[in-house]
Amino acid sequence: MLNRPCLALLTAALLFAGCTKQESPASAGPGLAPRKVLRYGNGAEPQDLDPQIVTGTPENRLITTFSEGLVSEDPQMNIIPGVAERWEISPGGLTYTFHLRADAKWSNGDPVTAQDFVQSYQRELTPAIGSEYAYMLFNHVRGAKDYYDGKIRDFAQTGFQAPDPRTLVITLRQPAPFLLHAMNHYAWYPVHIPTVKKFGGLDRRSTAWTRPENFVGNGPYVLKEWKPNQIIVAERSPTYWDRARVKIDEIDFYPIELADTEERMFRTGQLDITNEVPLTKLAVYRREHPESVRVDPYDGIYFYRFNVLRQPFDDVRVRRALALAIDRESLVKYVTLADEAPAYSFVPPNLLGYRSEHAFKADPGEARRLLAEAGYPGGRGFPRVELLYNTLEKHKTIAEALQQMWRKNLGVDITLTNEEWKVYMDAQHSHNFQFERAGWIADYVDPHVFFDLWETGNGNNDTNWGNPEYDRLLHSALATSNNPDRFAIYQRMEKILVDEMPVLPIFYYTRARLVSPRVRGFFTTPLDNFSWKYADVVP
Amino acid sequence: MLRFIARRLLETIPVLLIIITATFFMIRFVPGGPFTAEKAVTPEILRNLEAHYGLNQPLYRQYLDYLGSLLHGDLGPSFKYPNRTVNEIIGDKLPVSLELGFISLSVALALGLTLGVLAAIRRNTWIDYVCSSAAMIGICVPTFVLGPLLVLTFAIHFGWFNASGWYTPIDRVLPCLTLGCVYAAYIARLTRGGMLEVLNQDYIRTARAKGASETRVIFRHALRGGLLPVVSFLGPAIAGILTGSFVIETIFQIPGLGREFVNSAFNRDYTLVLGTVILYATLIIGLNLVVDVVQVWLNPKLKFE
Repeated sequence: MLNRPCLALLTAALLFAGCTKQESPASAGPGLAPRKVLRYGNGAEPQDLDPQIVTGTPENRLITTFSEGLVSEDPQMNIIPGVAERWEISPGGLTYTFHLRADAKWSNGDPVTAQDFVQSYQRELTPAIGSEYAYMLFNHVRGAKDYYDGKIRDFAQTGFQAPDPRTLVITLRQPAPFLLHAMNHYAWYPVHIPTVKKFGGLDRRSTAWTRPENFVGNGPYVLKEWKPNQIIVAERSPTYWDRARVKIDEIDFYPIELADTEERMFRTGQLDITNEVPLTKLAVYRREHPESVRVDPYDGIYFYRFNVLRQPFDDVRVRRALALAIDRESLVKYVTLADEAPAYSFVPPNLLGYRSEHAFKADPGEARRLLAEAGYPGGRGFPRVELLYNTLEKHKTIAEALQQMWRKNLGVDITLTNEEWKVYMDAQHSHNFQFERAGWIADYVDPHVFFDLWETGNGNNDTNWGNPEYDRLLHSALATSNNPDRFAIYQRMEKILVDEMPVLPIFYYTRARLVSPRVRGFFTTPLDNFSWKYADVVP
Repeated sequence: MLRFIARRLLETIPVLLIIITATFFMIRFVPGGPFTAEKAVTPEILRNLEAHYGLNQPLYRQYLDYLGSLLHGDLGPSFKYPNRTVNEIIGDKLPVSLELGFISLSVALALGLTLGVLAAIRRNTWIDYVCSSAAMIGICVPTFVLGPLLVLTFAIHFGWFNASGWYTPIDRVLPCLTLGCVYAAYIARLTRGGMLEVLNQDYIRTARAKGASETRVIFRHALRGGLLPVVSFLGPAIAGILTGSFVIETIFQIPGLGREFVNSAFNRDYTLVLGTVILYATLIIGLNLVVDVVQVWLNPKLKFE
């Protein structure tokens, strides 16, 4: 009798033993070429697959798999044709005319037309669907903001026109020299209008059109299966115009939030590419499996934000003192560990050829002098300062290292406070902080992204800092059509930032991940976008 | 007994209402909202989003609207996942958590009862020490240590299982074993304590004096009384185990409700928070009722009152 539970266990174990582990990724029927399957760890579960609704990185990866925009980027960040095979830009830089390729097709066989784009943009600018990236259109395109605000009712009055099925004309309200790069963002991607209409209409936010049984896309892959929190299966599209270049038959996206779980799945061969690498494992992999470690630059900056209305950061000398007093080289070498570049300016290095000329240097002596000048010699009398960061081990470690450097080099004590993500974000946006950790990743590849941010009153500035000359330069840069002249203006803006230091740059991000040696031709852009059509796997 | 159950069920209604009300207002007063993000939403876009979800209405109005839809069994749309409703998410995830829970519970009971009974009847022998130590280790080692340890040993070293996932039946083994072991440890300790207390009672001596076999004494007479503390523990434990475990589900990549329960609070997914809290509360209340009924059945000294 005592043994009954044990017997039950044994039986269960035998039953399980009869089952097999996950199917081999390259399996196929007898006589058939092995099916090429790539398994990718994609971070969090995506909110949805509707390019006009979602925000976020895991969603970006999926949408660029299932959909395609007018233009694309090659591994060297050059703009290359997407749905548009060619385009012209008017001399003043205000009108863009795109010529759509004849063989661009939706996954149900319908041709991709200019009208699809116009109607998609109309949907995105419909207030009722609550598109969070609608500003990407209405900040640039003529009449789009008025349509969004209900000031004009007729969409034909906006700058989106489709004179014929294969011609799309976009007219801007002011020049945007980076527009083609910005168009790589999925906010500019089309949706299949008949499908969206069928499942609720163009003005409904929450509909079922993105379910696998309904989804129609125009990208290199089609959505085959979506089991929430388990797997999203993408299968090679038979209708995609560039299908000859696509080599992998199936991509399985696994939503895995925990880097440690990913790493274990990589070790058992369940994943070919991970989304990240646990920091504690990076050194081990570099030593024992260097062929699997991949670290790429990532266009983003890790910085600390001052609230310039709060003491003691209302004094620029204090802000500069803190910025000059830390040893960024040691930080990236011993704490962050993923080959990050120390940041002495505000724009990641070599962004479309832009290199900061006004980078500052670490100088603890000068930092002490500035602090003394501000009335805190040797840190004496320095008020209580609280550094806020969102609860995460990495941020804590970085904050502790910097806290030590400030204590040692300036004699000031900074208190560390952590808050859960949304509480921390709420404090930031309501300016209810003194000093806080922050980060910014570019939406598109252009230095403008990192200058636009510090415009007076920008929704993401959050420092309370502003400078009229800086704002004036920002606007004059947009009106400058060639990059060398535009970049010269950005240099002057960067000088203002270095002098006034509204934020404290720390390092430029990188993306570290594990990539199995069976994956070939995998590249990632500085925005961490990758086009799967260049990748291949060997069995 | 029926009157007892009917009365308890009636009492459930105000309790649930208090839980719903408290949760509704508490989650609204937490800083940050569903659309608080690193890239701030522009004011006009935020207004449109709030209008879409009715967040522009006064709070009392939103509360009444929510209660109204709840009466129709509609838990509302999810804020985080725009193309899914809370009903759908719970419908998708609950069966997974139930499966994880039932298997883990079977493991826990099989292991826990066996160890507990063995330790009690072989008190102060090496068997008792081994069983009690195993239970103590089980209580002390958290799931986020035991889970990865099992994965390292059986998935990575021996290659018998996948490291994580919930795709094939064999994927159930490691997570269920991890979760089961922790509960087994508690059950073993409670069973041992309960059994020891009962084995000293007069009626056990009487049974032995009447010549009943040791097996009969233990399983027929002692176990029934010895299980009382285990049954009290199992009520809330089953509710917890069935509605999923955040840690296990995250480590093993299991698409269960435990992760949604925790993540919905982080995401300020108001409707999903409420939906999962209501489900949890109902389960806990229901299982506590079952425990009370079972206790009366096990212990003749108790009555339905």
